[in-house]
Amino acid sequence: MLDIATAYNKYGFLGNEFLTWIWYLVETDQDITALSGSENPVTLEIGNSISLENNLGDKSKEKISIKGDQAGLEEGTTALKKGAWVTDMNLICRIGEEEYKFSIKGESFNITGLKTPTIDTSSSEDEIEGLIIEKTFLIMKVIKVIDTLFLKFIEKRISDDWNTSDLKDIRAWIQS
Amino acid sequence: MGLISSTHSISRYYVDGNFFDGAAEGIRQGLIENAIPEIENEYDEISAGWTPLETPYNPDFESASFIFGTYFAFSLRIDKKSIPAKLVQKHMAIETEKKKKESGRPFISKNEKAEIKEMVIDILMHKTPFIPNIYDVLWDYDNRNLILFSTQNAANELFETLFFKSFDHKPIRIFPYTLIEKSGNFASDKKDRVTALAPLNMKGVQ
Repeated sequence: MLDIATAYNKYGFLGNEFLTWIWYLVETDQDITALSGSENPVTLEIGNSISLENNLGDKSKEKISIKGDQAGLEEGTTALKKGAWVTDMNLICRIGEEEYKFSIKGESFNITGLKTPTIDTSSSEDEIEGLIIEKTFLIMKVIKVIDTLFLKFIEKRISDDWNTSDLKDIRAWIQS
Repeated sequence: MGLISSTHSISRYYVDGNFFDGAAEGIRQGLIENAIPEIENEYDEISAGWTPLETPYNPDFESASFIFGTYFAFSLRIDKKSIPAKLVQKHMAIETEKKKKESGRPFISKNEKAEIKEMVIDILMHKTPFIPNIYDVLWDYDNRNLILFSTQNAANELFETLFFKSFDHKPIRIFPYTLIEKSGNFASDKKDRVTALAPLNMKGVQ
């Protein structure tokens, strides 16, 4: 295994590519349930923020951030056309009846602002164990969806037909 | 932003290794030995250690539980003093004037200035209270996963150092590369293909 710091810097792009792929899945109505291998229906929706970054080749970077509940993503798609990547995004993930909202950063997979379905936190101290287990179950559930989708993306990314199928479709979506 | 909050900020770790005397006992020992000190050293700038999840201001692991179902959960408490730069500046100016009067000189030397600054910071540090910050830790020992409820670099770095010191297990941050390495989904030939990857050109034109 590579040195951790080296690996973080060298392969951070895989996380950004993954988030860009997620956006593609959402916009082109792909079957996320099947990709995530979930028993329950899984849907993803772009939430209230998305950030993109474009390397301009001379060590400078162009950064685009779109925020707001009703914000249009046109500037984001324009940035994609210019070669930008999604670096972090806010997602709404529905697993069966449950809704999760969170922001995820591509290079670190850090998750911020994660809201899980509500659980009753007014329980007595005796029930704290139940609360922790329930909360953990919910957090682990959404993490599992993210991890499974990421590993599915990597499987596709290293497959022989990546260039002729998935990449071709993503490029067509970007240019559409 | 902890485990029982309505919103969470999380970073994830992979933790490999076993405890000689069983996980519960090994973790209990590590927590007790590295619990945050109850008595604050008033001259310290920072104090950090483990506390029970339910009683973060009473770091007593003899009475508090850290086992919840199949998980181990506890908190990292970081008590830190922060002296505003403007306060240092103000006291520096006051003390500098005093020194000038005492010496009868219209100026003070570089060394005297450094001594005054050290003294001012010492006094202010002594007077400033610790501000506690609490970050919950959830360790799914059986699946070798751990969640730290923080995405702040300073807290994460302190956590990694204290965790290794306490349990002799090195926590490995989960990010795209390590997730592939540790997932068990990829054989070595596939991992080699991953390490050979370079960033894509998505737009399709050079």
